[in-house]
Amino acid sequence: MHLEEFSEGSSFLHKADPRLKILVFVLFSVLCATASGIKTPLFYFFYSLTLLLIAKVKIRLLFSRLIVANFFIAFVWFFIPTGYSGNSYIILGPLKLSYEGLNYALSITIKCNAIILATITLLSTSSVFSLAHAMLHLKVPKKLVTVFFLFYRYITVIHEEYLKIKIAASLRGFVPRTTLHTYKTYAYIIGGMLIKSYEKAEEIYKAMLCRGFRGYFPLFEHFHIRKSDIIFSIVSIVVFILIWVKS
Amino acid sequence: MHISEGVLSVPVLVSGAVLSVVGLTIGLHKIKNENIPKVAILSSAFFIASLIHIPLGPASAHLVLNGLVGILLGWAAFPSIFIALLLQTVLFQFGGFTTLGINTFSMAMPGVFSYYIFRGLLHRGKNIVFLGGFLGGALALVVAAAFISLALVITEKSFTAVAGTFFIMHLPVSIIEGIITGFVVVYLKKVKPEALG
Repeated sequence: MHLEEFSEGSSFLHKADPRLKILVFVLFSVLCATASGIKTPLFYFFYSLTLLLIAKVKIRLLFSRLIVANFFIAFVWFFIPTGYSGNSYIILGPLKLSYEGLNYALSITIKCNAIILATITLLSTSSVFSLAHAMLHLKVPKKLVTVFFLFYRYITVIHEEYLKIKIAASLRGFVPRTTLHTYKTYAYIIGGMLIKSYEKAEEIYKAMLCRGFRGYFPLFEHFHIRKSDIIFSIVSIVVFILIWVKS
Repeated sequence: MHISEGVLSVPVLVSGAVLSVVGLTIGLHKIKNENIPKVAILSSAFFIASLIHIPLGPASAHLVLNGLVGILLGWAAFPSIFIALLLQTVLFQFGGFTTLGINTFSMAMPGVFSYYIFRGLLHRGKNIVFLGGFLGGALALVVAAAFISLALVITEKSFTAVAGTFFIMHLPVSIIEGIITGFVVVYLKKVKPEALG
């Protein structure tokens, strides 16, 4: 499984301290999600675009992610402009489009895409394990981070198990259709995966106990904040304050 | 099943976050140290299972399995679903950060309901076990879709049409979810009955 596709790179944001990136990202997404109107979200969108220029991520992959994320937004565009109870209307053939409804849909679209760009450039540019490591530094409960760490570590293992069972099923002539037999087969595949997971978990726990596990993984390596990371965070916060004052 | 970033209003996002923090606190409290690997690796299995596309007529649906997560993990469904959503946000940008709270609550809470309501049926004969799994799986998804639709309508009255369509789209999927959950619990009952507690 090739999962962390955006984390491959060597830009400034790929190398920046994940702790600061998480803090900037949390602040950004809360401010952006709570903004209203068109102008303020647009400012946040420009900030995300700037990050995109710095991060230099794979553009084709970026577009495919944006298209998927905008699926729900398309849904909103389909319903809102005709159903919104605003005063002024634009008549477009047989359609009566509410001006406020259009504004509202546009606002949602900008906010959604601004936050997705920030997620890709600030979070996805770090590896999942370094994000988990940073979460411990940021005082996220240890038990939650430990569960998250093992969960991510074993996704690839369970995926390999799934592929094995799938190959075994297709060797026996299984072709998925809309039939009860198909659903039963999928259920047994999932059941098989769950049982393997139970057994693996017991083995892993014993192995962890042998190594002195007491409910969490102690931190071994530590991050080092560079001067440029601090400058980046300060610039970002100043930008957020300016946008906040302007709106 | 996710709500994208930037759609929901601030009160809805905040209530979702608060409710999820409560659920997460209870869930984490209930996970004993020796169960940490079990919760984590079952979550990995659910994550992989949710990537499977099940044929449904000309289209296909992907599984959510929040009912099954609830039946097997109880309150630990909160951390389990939370970490899966967090990972999806980081890796695939599905859902999002500010919606983590409302999305976690909408999916995990119905799972916990299924745990309390239908777990008793899993110690009976084969047909009752299937029925328990079917109802637990199907209703957990229906209630989750209802929570999300409700979040949309509270945000903005003119979302009613969107929310209604979203809810109705999930009804056929919930039947598939129910059938699969039913067969999974029957299988577990046969092969590893201690998994059902």
